[in-house]
Amino acid sequence: MASALFFLFAGLAIASAISLVYHRNPLYSAISLIGVFIALSCIYVTLAAPFIAAVQILIYAGAIMVLVVFVIMLLNLDDDKPINRLQYLYGIGGGLGLILLVQTFFIFYAVSNKPNQYIKTDETVGNTLSIGSSMYTQYLLPVEMVGILLLMAVVGAVILARRLNQPQIELLVDNELERRGDEEGKEDYRIKY
Amino acid sequence: MEAAIKTIFPFAVIGVAILLAFQGVLMIVAYTVLAERKVLGWIQGRIGPNRVGPWGVMQPFADLLKFIFKEDIVPDKSTKFVYYLAPIVALTCALLPMVVYPFGPAITSVDWSFLPYGLGDGIRRLPMTIAQIDVGVLFILGVTSVGVYGIALAGWSSNNKYSLMGGLRASAQLISYELAMGASVIGVVILAGTLDLNGIITAQMSSPFRWFIIPQFIGFVVFLIAAFAETNRVPFDLPEAETELVAGFHTEYSALKFALFFMAEYVNMFTVSVLGTVLFLGGWYIPGLSHIFEVGTIPYALFSHIGFLLKIFAFLFLYIWVRGTMPRFRFDQLMNFGWKFLLPVALVNVIFTILIVYFLNR
Repeated sequence: MASALFFLFAGLAIASAISLVYHRNPLYSAISLIGVFIALSCIYVTLAAPFIAAVQILIYAGAIMVLVVFVIMLLNLDDDKPINRLQYLYGIGGGLGLILLVQTFFIFYAVSNKPNQYIKTDETVGNTLSIGSSMYTQYLLPVEMVGILLLMAVVGAVILARRLNQPQIELLVDNELERRGDEEGKEDYRIKY
Repeated sequence: MEAAIKTIFPFAVIGVAILLAFQGVLMIVAYTVLAERKVLGWIQGRIGPNRVGPWGVMQPFADLLKFIFKEDIVPDKSTKFVYYLAPIVALTCALLPMVVYPFGPAITSVDWSFLPYGLGDGIRRLPMTIAQIDVGVLFILGVTSVGVYGIALAGWSSNNKYSLMGGLRASAQLISYELAMGASVIGVVILAGTLDLNGIITAQMSSPFRWFIIPQFIGFVVFLIAAFAETNRVPFDLPEAETELVAGFHTEYSALKFALFFMAEYVNMFTVSVLGTVLFLGGWYIPGLSHIFEVGTIPYALFSHIGFLLKIFAFLFLYIWVRGTMPRFRFDQLMNFGWKFLLPVALVNVIFTILIVYFLNR
């Protein structure tokens, strides 16, 4: 029963992934990616990790992909045309794919050599309580580091996206021209902005 | 034969439970629509629908028949696959949270061993929840947030400016208010110490003063406002603002496809009401009921269930009341309100809750 469900959802995930790569329309690709995420979260449920499954849907399918779809809809992109100039990329892609395949076989090999371990559902790693306690005791430093990394990304995004008002732009231009030692250019820049 | 019955039996039970819940929720939703039209009529000094059946009680069925028999017009230049997919996604994601609703307390007084083939051996507990999962709150929030694709894709695939504007507004609005909603739920989860919906109700039992609406009043207000925005209701119904966008994202949808969107909106209202009831109003817990009936008996479960439904109806009435009295926001006001007021308030509430719980438990 469990393995039948696994093959069902794994098949769905692979089919969605193929359709993600195959489609030229970016919105179809985005929808396929949502399909991949949902199929993956179903697999997490069968692995007795409901917290990870819920978070997978909440964050990836519910938040990140909404932004992706939002941007695609805003830009109203045309279909992606195949570019023949970049044929050397096929080689790089094939090489990376080969490495991934070797890794997969290595994981299969490592798993098949391990003795069978059956998961007890009340003390698994997917349990909310055990995830929380191990994140804030054993793995506190990595969690804090990831938090700081995300904070940096947020601050960077705000700085890139903020809209300056007129005096701030003039100040920036003045400082830049001062640094270059260019006095005459100031007036031109003022007119331009 | 016996083995086959034993294998199929649990699935059959779950199937019957899903059918019952599905039917019940959809009937309540249908009559919410009628109640909305009646109450809005009274607020505006009208009578409301009263032609179909006595006092207009058959109106939902008349509406449904009309939806089915209307001509189904599909725009020629629409993106067909996505156009057909969108209403399905919207309604599926609206109905999915139904499987974790805590409809009532578990019935433990019945011995099920009278069933043939030994089907009921050792089963004493009949939960009134279809799927008892550990992370019910996250499941509801996650699945309802996937529902935004229905609206966004409908707007995109219709090939219509108004629809696209409605879809874009809906996705921007839902991303913004989802954060505030999630943050307002965190306070309750910290106090209850669990993400399980029945667990949260159990944490609020013993007296109505333990209901989380009292220690988490700020969280409740934030949740309520975010819930109105999440379900695209007045005063936040900008995705379908009829004065500016014709009908918003469903301008190009007709007949049964429009009905699916319509139903999805009302089922989402029901879901948010269930979430609000469970998180802040004690769910199915009625004060004093355990003194009248023994805990775990069928009447106890039945009256708890009725109390649960009454609390939900109070929420739904609030929705209708607000619709009858409030004007619509402007879109920049909506965004500023969400990001600059609601989210900071919710986060401050979370921080204070954490501090208070920490110092009380020290």
